[in-house]
Amino acid sequence: MATASEATGALGAVPRASMQPSGPFLRRRRLVGRLVRLVLFAAASFSVFVTVGIVYILISESLVFFGHVPIVDFLTDTQWTPLFANPRYGILPLLSGTLVVAGIALLVAIPAGTTLAIYLSEYAPVAMRETIKPLLELLAGVPTVVYGYFALLFVTPLLRTFIPGLPGFNMLAPGLVMGIMILPYVTSISEDAMRAVPRDLREGAFALGFTRFQTATGVVVPAAFSGITAAYILGMSRAVGETMVVAIAAGQMPNLTLDPTEQAATITAYIVQVSLGDLPHDSIGYQTIFAAGLTLFVITLAFNMIGFYLRRRFREVY
Amino acid sequence: MATDAARLPGGIDSRRLIGRARRVDLAFAGAGLLVMVVAMAMLMALVLDLLVDGLPRLSWDFFTNFPSRRPGRAGILSAWVGTTLVMIVTAALAVPLGVAAGVYLEEYAAKNWITDVIEINVTNLAGVPSIIYGLLALGLFVYGFGLGETILVAGMVLALLTLPVVIVATREAIRSIPQEVREAAFALGADQWQTVRIYILPAATPGILTGAIIGLARAIGETAPVITIGALTFIAFLPPAPIQPEFPFLSFEWLNSPFTVMPIQMFNWISRPQPEFHVNAAAAGLVLLAMTLLMNGLAIYIRYRIRKGMR
Repeated sequence: MATASEATGALGAVPRASMQPSGPFLRRRRLVGRLVRLVLFAAASFSVFVTVGIVYILISESLVFFGHVPIVDFLTDTQWTPLFANPRYGILPLLSGTLVVAGIALLVAIPAGTTLAIYLSEYAPVAMRETIKPLLELLAGVPTVVYGYFALLFVTPLLRTFIPGLPGFNMLAPGLVMGIMILPYVTSISEDAMRAVPRDLREGAFALGFTRFQTATGVVVPAAFSGITAAYILGMSRAVGETMVVAIAAGQMPNLTLDPTEQAATITAYIVQVSLGDLPHDSIGYQTIFAAGLTLFVITLAFNMIGFYLRRRFREVY
Repeated sequence: MATDAARLPGGIDSRRLIGRARRVDLAFAGAGLLVMVVAMAMLMALVLDLLVDGLPRLSWDFFTNFPSRRPGRAGILSAWVGTTLVMIVTAALAVPLGVAAGVYLEEYAAKNWITDVIEINVTNLAGVPSIIYGLLALGLFVYGFGLGETILVAGMVLALLTLPVVIVATREAIRSIPQEVREAAFALGADQWQTVRIYILPAATPGILTGAIIGLARAIGETAPVITIGALTFIAFLPPAPIQPEFPFLSFEWLNSPFTVMPIQMFNWISRPQPEFHVNAAAAGLVLLAMTLLMNGLAIYIRYRIRKGMR
């Protein structure tokens, strides 16, 4: 306050006219303002071009592929051997590998993540929650290639002591490790949703004599239901799109099976396998990775859209 | 009397009911603690596994040697130099673009369908698997624009991946600034850009910084999109130095250089059958983990400081 009155005092000696902004200054400011708005708008709309670019590249390269391979074969053939002498182009084996690994991951991440989220939001003292949440973020920050190393050289040998004859590449170990990897996402989004539930609802439940568990299952979880579902769906989308853990630990052989102790390639592992090789740009083998990528994109897009609308809904409730 | 009060209509013993509810409550508290302990134990196991396998391999030579066919002499020189250069490109692209987009969405955007499209799109981009970005870069940058498998392309694809993180962090940081700050600035005669430049951006800087660091920490560990653009894994040379002894002293030749990065080097060593290379992979993993944990730790610390400052 003192500086403000001093400033007025100092300015008091200056002729009044010079305190008015000059015409050229205002014109320049208006011009700069307009220019800045335009630049900022361009930056914001850039993200739309990224999406357009992704869709354009995936569709245009896949169209070339579907010019060679009928789409019905692609969706129904049970063999995926595009690099063999007698190529078959059925996406089902890659899809089954993707879904089995993602399924195992979700079997770990959904129950554990929900339990942990309820615990952190309804039971844990503030100090514990404030310690655990950053640690969970660290867990989420570990590079996926490190998780891959962990799955191949720690979890698989460990599982072998329980399941003799487990092959070095299998879907179980990467699935379990991926579950640990997704756990922080599921926990964090569900916990946010539960904490957004107003306190009054909890207090009402406690006043009726509910325990913390009864409050959680009877009041908080139903009230935060769409947010928790969104957490699950976003977790699924991550599990389906995860690449390095499966590329390292699940093997690279397309295999139409639901047995998690077998090895199998996922969509992402196949893309990595082809990228590591030296396929010429205009070969059909090169185009297969775009068709596989398009399949992956469509699956995750569907999940993300559902998750987005559920999250938006739970935000609007309160 | 007491036994009468414990009986509810229908002959239910309320004490038993309460006792059971309490036991379930405690059991769930135990389950929650158990999950937490197991998750933390996993984090410990992962770090310990890498430490046991890789720590003996970490030496000065490991940082100053190029990769080699002999596991004992192989090092990560080209990998960490590559990672550093790629991250410079990523940060230089993603941070200004992301902050600009975030400022527009929070401070300028009118509530209309164009804004809705941009917002939905940003949310959606954050959920696109990283390998899809790799396919975009392969089809568009490598073949479409003919840029090849260079540091510039890797930096660009990782920037696209980081962009949504920076946008979301910027928006959250700006949203937490009280409306009074804007009103005060307007009352003093500032226009919108002056308000943003002088008041909003400085106040939002710590939050933006946190988001940018978390985004870059994730980008450092990203492997899939860089593999997809076809990055070579055996690089036994360094890109041209950015600072030259002769005029004009600065050179951007390194942008067009082939490269390798830490996660790719690690992946390359994991996928070899010899266990000696797995030791190298563990050592590279330790370095990579240290980089990401340090960055995440820094981000968490900055956020902690912001929260303390606000109280």
